[in-house]
Amino acid sequence: VATRTGMEVSLAVSEAVKLANADVIAAYPITPQTHIVEHLAELVAQGELDAEYIPVESEHSALSACLGSSAAGARTFTATAGQGLELMHEVVYVASAMRLPIVMAVANRAVSSPLSVWGDHSDVMAVRDTGWIQIFVENGQEAIDQTICAFRMGEDRRVLLPVMVHLDGFHLSHMVEPMLFPDQAEVDAFLPPINYPLPLDPAKPVSMGDFAPPIVFTEAKWAQEINLEKSKEVILEVWHKFGERFGRNYKPVESYRCDDCDTLLMTMGSYSETAMMAIDKVREAGKKVGLLHLRLWRPFPYEELRQLAGKAKTIIVLDRAISMGMGGPVASEVRSALYPLEKKPKIVSFIGGLGGRDISPVDFETIINRGMEIAKTGSQREFEIFGVRE
Amino acid sequence: MSKTSTIDTKERFSPGHRACIGCGEALAVRMACKVLGDNVIIVNATGCMEIVSSQMPFTSWTVPWIHTLFENTAAVASGIEAGLKVLTRKGIRDMSKTKVVAMAGDGGTSDIGLQALSGALERGHNLLYICFDNEAYMNTGIQRSSATPYGATTTTSPAGKTSVGQFAWKKNLPAIAAAHDIPYVATASPSHYKDLMNKVKKGMDVKGPAYIQILSPCPTGWRCATDNAVDIGRQAVQCGMFPLFEIDKGNYKISYNPENLKPVADYLKAQGRFRHLSDIEIKKIQDKVDHDWARLKTLASLGRTN
Repeated sequence: VATRTGMEVSLAVSEAVKLANADVIAAYPITPQTHIVEHLAELVAQGELDAEYIPVESEHSALSACLGSSAAGARTFTATAGQGLELMHEVVYVASAMRLPIVMAVANRAVSSPLSVWGDHSDVMAVRDTGWIQIFVENGQEAIDQTICAFRMGEDRRVLLPVMVHLDGFHLSHMVEPMLFPDQAEVDAFLPPINYPLPLDPAKPVSMGDFAPPIVFTEAKWAQEINLEKSKEVILEVWHKFGERFGRNYKPVESYRCDDCDTLLMTMGSYSETAMMAIDKVREAGKKVGLLHLRLWRPFPYEELRQLAGKAKTIIVLDRAISMGMGGPVASEVRSALYPLEKKPKIVSFIGGLGGRDISPVDFETIINRGMEIAKTGSQREFEIFGVRE
Repeated sequence: MSKTSTIDTKERFSPGHRACIGCGEALAVRMACKVLGDNVIIVNATGCMEIVSSQMPFTSWTVPWIHTLFENTAAVASGIEAGLKVLTRKGIRDMSKTKVVAMAGDGGTSDIGLQALSGALERGHNLLYICFDNEAYMNTGIQRSSATPYGATTTTSPAGKTSVGQFAWKKNLPAIAAAHDIPYVATASPSHYKDLMNKVKKGMDVKGPAYIQILSPCPTGWRCATDNAVDIGRQAVQCGMFPLFEIDKGNYKISYNPENLKPVADYLKAQGRFRHLSDIEIKKIQDKVDHDWARLKTLASLGRTN
C-alpha cells in the first residue's frame, strides 16, 4: 500500500529515483536543484540505493558521465537547473541524438545575468530544440510519478530517448507537500529493468558517435525527429498503464473547467494550481474562463492542443521566459500550432514570474481580465510583461 | 598477452582509416591497441583519430568505441567505468575485467578537456587516459595548443616580424596529472615502441587512474618528411625536448637516460615549424631543455619514497 508522507518535493524526486532503482547518478550542486542530488548521495551512502554516485566537477561533466554510464547500459539519472543546464548545453543534444535514455530532473531557474537563483523557464527554453522528451510537472505527487514514468518512457525500445522532468525551482522544488509514495513492489512491476540494446561491451563491439558527412547527416536527423514524434504514442501508453496501476492519470494537456469557455488561460508547471483558484474566482463573477495546462512540452502535443483549444475565441498564455527580441516562447508555439485551424483563436501573450517573481491568484485574475480586454480592443504590443515597473 | 616481447599481430585500429600519410599518431594508437587487447572500451575525444576512424557508416575499430564531444572524454570514461562497476556488482553483466581507456589529443587534454581530466583523476576512477600529443590542433589545421612547444609556428601562433611563433613553454601535463596523486603517469614515443607498449601495459594493469602522454609526430603540422615520423620522435627524445619517464606512485624514473643529450638545434632544424628560429632563440630553448632535464634527473634521483 502506498504511504502518504509529507516531504520536500526535491527529496521526493530523489525517493522516486530510488524507487526506480537507478544504477548511476552523476551530479553537481546548483540551486535550486541541490537537495535532489544531496538526498541521493545520502541514500547511496546509507546503502538504501545500490548505485554509483559520481560527484563530478561540473554540469558539463555530469551529463557527459551520464552519456557514458547510459551507453554502458546502466540506468542513469542526473539533475540540474539554470546555469547548470546552460553549461551542459552541447551535451544535452548529444544525449538524445545518441539515443541514451537518461532521466534528468530540472528545477527550473532563471539564467544570468543578473544572477538569479530563483525560478522561471528561461533554462528550459534554451534546450527546447534538443530532442529530449520534456514534461512539466504541477505538484509534488506528479514529480514522483513522472520521474518513475520517465525511466519507462525513455528506456522503451521504441523510444530510447532521454527525458527531462521539469519542476519549478523553489515554487515547487522547495515546497513540503503530502505525497503518496508507491510501494517498491508496485514500481518494480511497473518499471522493468533497463535492457539497453547494444551497450558498450567487448562481447559485442559497437562504434558509437561516429561523425556524419553531409550525405548521411540529414537522414540521421530525420530519423531522430521521427523517433521523437512517435514517442508520443509510448508516452500516452505509459501514462495509461501508470493510471491503471496507481490510479493517477496524466494527459499531454490538462483542461480545467474548459467546456463552455470562450476564453482559456494557459500555463505550464506549478503555476497551474494557483491559476485554478483564479479560474474559480472569475467564474463566480460570471465569466466563462477555463484553464489549459501544458504538461508535455516535447514532443509538442499538437493534436490535443487543437482539440482542447480549437473552440476557444481567446487564449491567454502566460510564459515564464522571454525569447529576447521575439516575445513569449510558449505563446509563439501555441499560436503556430493553432494557425492551421479555420477559426483561429486570438492568442494574448503575457510574460511573468521571471526570476522567482510570485504570481498570486489575484494576479492571475488581473491577467485574465486584462487578457480579455486585449482580445477585445487589441494591443500595441506583441506581449505584455505582467507587473513590470517601467 | 602478459609481456610485449612478442608483439600481438592482431589489429584493433584497422587499416583503411583516413589519417594523413606518415601519421605518427595513427601509429601510436595502433601500437597502444596491440597492448590494450580486446577487453576494453575506448572513449575517443573529437580530434584527428576520431575523424579518421569513424566516418558513418564505417569504423576502424574492432573494440567497443564511443565518441561524444571534444572536452568531455574523461567524464564520459568516468561514467562508463561507474556503469561497468555497478552492472557487475548487481550481477547484471560481469564487466569486472573490462578496462576503460580514454584517448584524446593534446588540445583535448591540456586545454579544453583539462577540467574533465582533473575531475576524473581526482575521483580515482579505474581508467587509463592516453594523450596522443602531436603538439597542436592538427585536426582543425595546425593551431597552437598549450602543449605546442615554444617557438613552433602554427596558424594561430604564426612566426612573423614581431612573433617568435608559439610564445609559451609547453605545458607540463604529466606533472599536472601526477599532482593528482594517481598511481601511474608516463610519457612515451612510438620511436621507442617496446617502452611505449610496456608503459601502456602498466597503465592497463594499475588499479585506479593512469595517464600516459605519447608523442605523436605529425609530418603535416610539423612540416617534416612523411617518412620521418618515427625518426623525428626519436630525435625529440634524444635531445630532451620530449623526455621519456614514468611517475610510478609519485616516484620519477627516467626511461631513456643518455649520458649526454643531443643538441636541440638538430631536432629543430629538421622541421619546418621551427625553421625560422634564430640562434638566440635556439639557445633559449636549449637552456630551457637543459634546465628541465636537470630537474627531471633530480626528481628521479630521489629514489623510491614509497
